[in-house]
Amino acid sequence: MGILEVKNVSKRFGGLQALGDVNLSVAENTVHAIIGPNGAGKSTLLNCLVGKLIPDTGSVMFDGQSVLGRKPHEINQMGISRVFQTPEIFGDLSVLENVMIPCFAHRDGAFALNAWSAVRRQTGVREQAEAILEDMNMTSARDIHAAALSRGDKRRLEMAMCLVQEPRLLLLDEPTAGMARADTNNTIDLLREIKEKRDITMCIIEHDMHVVFSLAERITVLAQGTPLVEDVPEAIKGHPKVQEAYLGQPAEEAA
Amino acid sequence: MTANPELGRPDAARGTRTAARRERSGFLGLTGRDAGLLLLVIVLTMAAPVLLNPFPATSSLAQFNAGYPDLMQRFVIFGIFAIGFNILFGLTGYLSFGHAAFLGAGSFAGVWMFKLLGMNVLLAIGASMAVAALFSLMVGYVSLRRSGIYFSILTLAFAQMSFALAYSVLTPITGGETGLQLALNDPRILGESVTASGNIPLPSLFGLEMRTTELVTFRIEGLGVWAFPFNVGYYFCAAVMIVAFYVSIRIFRSPFGMMLRAVKSNQQRLNYTGVSSRPYTLAAFVISGVYAGLAGGLLVSMDPLAGAERMQWTASGEVVLMTILGGAGTLIGPVLGAGLIKYFENIFSKINKGVLEGWFSVFPDGLSDVLVTIVYPFVGKGWHLTLGIVFMLVVIFLPGGLVEGGQRLGRVFRRSDRKGLGVEAPAADTRAKAEE
Amino acid sequence: MDGIILQLFDGLSKGSAYALIALGLTLIFGTLGVVNFAHGALFMLGAFCAVLLSQLLTISHTVVDESRTDFLGNPMQVDIPYVVEWFGEAAGNAIIDWSVPLAILFAIPVMLLIGFAMERGLIRHFYKRPHADQILVTFGLAIVLQEIIKYFYGANPIPTPAPDAFSGSFDLGAVLGFDPFTIIYPYWRLIYFVFALIIIAGVFAFLQFTTFGMVVRAGMADRETVGILGIDIDKRFTVMFGIAAAVAGLAGVMYTPINSPNYHMGMDFLVISFVVVVVGGMGSLGGAVLAGFVLGVLESLASLNAVIELIPGINQVVIYLAAVLILLTRPRGLMGRKGVMED
Repeated sequence: MGILEVKNVSKRFGGLQALGDVNLSVAENTVHAIIGPNGAGKSTLLNCLVGKLIPDTGSVMFDGQSVLGRKPHEINQMGISRVFQTPEIFGDLSVLENVMIPCFAHRDGAFALNAWSAVRRQTGVREQAEAILEDMNMTSARDIHAAALSRGDKRRLEMAMCLVQEPRLLLLDEPTAGMARADTNNTIDLLREIKEKRDITMCIIEHDMHVVFSLAERITVLAQGTPLVEDVPEAIKGHPKVQEAYLGQPAEEAA
Repeated sequence: MTANPELGRPDAARGTRTAARRERSGFLGLTGRDAGLLLLVIVLTMAAPVLLNPFPATSSLAQFNAGYPDLMQRFVIFGIFAIGFNILFGLTGYLSFGHAAFLGAGSFAGVWMFKLLGMNVLLAIGASMAVAALFSLMVGYVSLRRSGIYFSILTLAFAQMSFALAYSVLTPITGGETGLQLALNDPRILGESVTASGNIPLPSLFGLEMRTTELVTFRIEGLGVWAFPFNVGYYFCAAVMIVAFYVSIRIFRSPFGMMLRAVKSNQQRLNYTGVSSRPYTLAAFVISGVYAGLAGGLLVSMDPLAGAERMQWTASGEVVLMTILGGAGTLIGPVLGAGLIKYFENIFSKINKGVLEGWFSVFPDGLSDVLVTIVYPFVGKGWHLTLGIVFMLVVIFLPGGLVEGGQRLGRVFRRSDRKGLGVEAPAADTRAKAEE
Repeated sequence: MDGIILQLFDGLSKGSAYALIALGLTLIFGTLGVVNFAHGALFMLGAFCAVLLSQLLTISHTVVDESRTDFLGNPMQVDIPYVVEWFGEAAGNAIIDWSVPLAILFAIPVMLLIGFAMERGLIRHFYKRPHADQILVTFGLAIVLQEIIKYFYGANPIPTPAPDAFSGSFDLGAVLGFDPFTIIYPYWRLIYFVFALIIIAGVFAFLQFTTFGMVVRAGMADRETVGILGIDIDKRFTVMFGIAAAVAGLAGVMYTPINSPNYHMGMDFLVISFVVVVVGGMGSLGGAVLAGFVLGVLESLASLNAVIELIPGINQVVIYLAAVLILLTRPRGLMGRKGVMED
């Protein structure tokens, strides 16, 4: 039994069958990648996992509990964090504050009217936030406006914001999209490091084969809304069905 | 709005040195800088009757003295209104065009307390805040289901409905067109309906009448006579505003305040971080509604009369102007904005042609006439024109309001200092860059 | 029944004004992405174009008429408008009488120029600023514009009558087959309604059948792509703003005989127009027009005595109530697209 169990999920937008009968099982403490050509339904599937979309049929269970019908913040409180394709951070806030907010959310839940005590008195949260920044090599940027960070640092900050909550499942939506090769390699190193240091399950949606084969322990190939194959990377590499799915879209592989 | 100049200011230049100093200092749980700001506000409000009367009462400049009780009360009462509005708009970015409705509701509640229970202002203010809280909870609960301009229009619609109803069918409660007034036959079960001399009693704090004024005169031979009115009502309002200001500092610096800024910055990220933004925005909405109610209660405590026009959308627009003009999202900005607009409204508007001719009489006749003609449209009855122009200039060039203007000036001076000393200049530059 | 019909027609003429202002607002929002709080001021400026023209037309010079004497026995001084002198008695007076319809011709270039100047001078610099900033700066501009008008024309409404031929009322009831004298309807309101329909049809035809309109519609659907296609969108934005200003101005010109213009009429209409736009669906032209008429009629019907007796005060709040209900049940308004302005 995996930590995340997707059963018979389908989703239709008007005439378009975005997802048809998807089954997926992500085992705990593994890195699981979901790949597939454009329009395969990867993003739709992810949005079903985080509560942005509600599938027409099927079930999504996280650690034995259904996530369907829950709001994004409730799903996060269950232990699922999400990294966006373009880093979503609090641009107007300082880097430290960016990391403190998930700490407060982790400690106080979805809402707390904590309006009297000063932020600087919250030493526990502050230490926690500073520790993760130290961990991510971002201590020197602590007091900078997050909007002023480079793109790579924004990604790093977003990871820090997710990790500080100690999620059990980290969802990554094309974490290297639009990155230069060097940045991509840095991100791969960062994710490897995270993987080594923490007990965490990661589910990566990715275009870039290089990233996928550097990180994933298990891969699901999605095409036209249905899973084609699920196997270990070595088996996926030469799989005829996978080559078929990508055939005619060589640009995809190059990207 | 652009990056908030006062909050979350990247302190890279000052680094941990100041941070350590801040940890040590503490005044009512505030950091050194905030405590300084609070002290400044306390000193300014307490000394206002003197500071706002810089010109001898006998001189021709006396008309620029703003230190008479009625106006000083308005300064601080609208300051409270704007401080509260800023907690919603400045922190969360939700632009409400209906906050005057809460001020109006608070006013009516206050007058009813005077009519039914007694003339103690604490009763009125308590009722004002309670009614405004309830009312803003209802309006906020519905309006906050939408964001952006839809939220603005919803609040506007609720306020206009309240105004229209208060003006027409709710006349038994609101007094309709004439407004709600006290009468000799009001019950006032906790006090007297009629004073011994047969008048309607006046609002008071445990017997201390609000309109009591001690006029202190001060003469310098050869220069003139200064008159400083020390008014009970003003000092009561000022004390309330200081408390309100202090509370707003606490809110700004709290985790709650940080969450509100996060709502403004990136609501999607906040939701995916496990925070439900709606209760936060609703709490901010109700808090700012209570501030508005408090302002309404104070208004009727100074002058026990409330009219429906207080709820009209132009009144809501005024508090928006105040907050933006001073600097939305800054602590002191709304107070400055409220003061400035009330000063314009009461003092600037009194400059008439005769006064202008007096000023320009030093010039030759022709030039004087030209100057009067040029300036006249912008003063007196035309003060709204000046206000509109100033407001536009602020929005265009100083999105952070007057506070940002002051900070920019300060930075220019500091930078030239540093260049002189040759230290820390690069750090200041990176900070300026980070703030863009 | 006759009461309902009268209110219905009344609502249509009121709705015409709402629809015209909301149409312009939506044009600006849909193409430029700007929330223009100064749009009511443009409506007001249009109305004052009519006032200005009627004043210009009646500029007179004084002549001494020896044949008549005043009550002191001196020769009578008579003001003769130049127009009368130039065009003769009959034609000159007719021109003065028809100053409001003539003001249409006068207002179009004036309002276009004002619109161009506004877009070039101010609005352009706010395309990339947040909507809140746009609201605030145009709100400031609205204050400035109305104060300028107040400075020149004072605070009192200025009566600007319709031409004599249309100033009366006619028996609409008799036309529709009711008893005579039950539904008396002013001519001008009917003219206003027809005029609004013509303008609305004109704007839609312009957008539908011209290349310019096609680009603008494409821009409303997907601004970024049109920009990428290398179309000079800037110039078109300026023109669109001018057109929207002219539409608002014309609505104002024709409204003057219904309500004498005063400097704050723009603000009065602005609030309702925004409600109309939001109810119709932000960015939907059809929605704006529909909502304008629907809310105008709703407001008038709520003023029926029977309705007021049933729900006191409903006539005052019905528009806002409708807005609240629609926004809560259909967040995108009657005909709006998803995701517009929800940030």
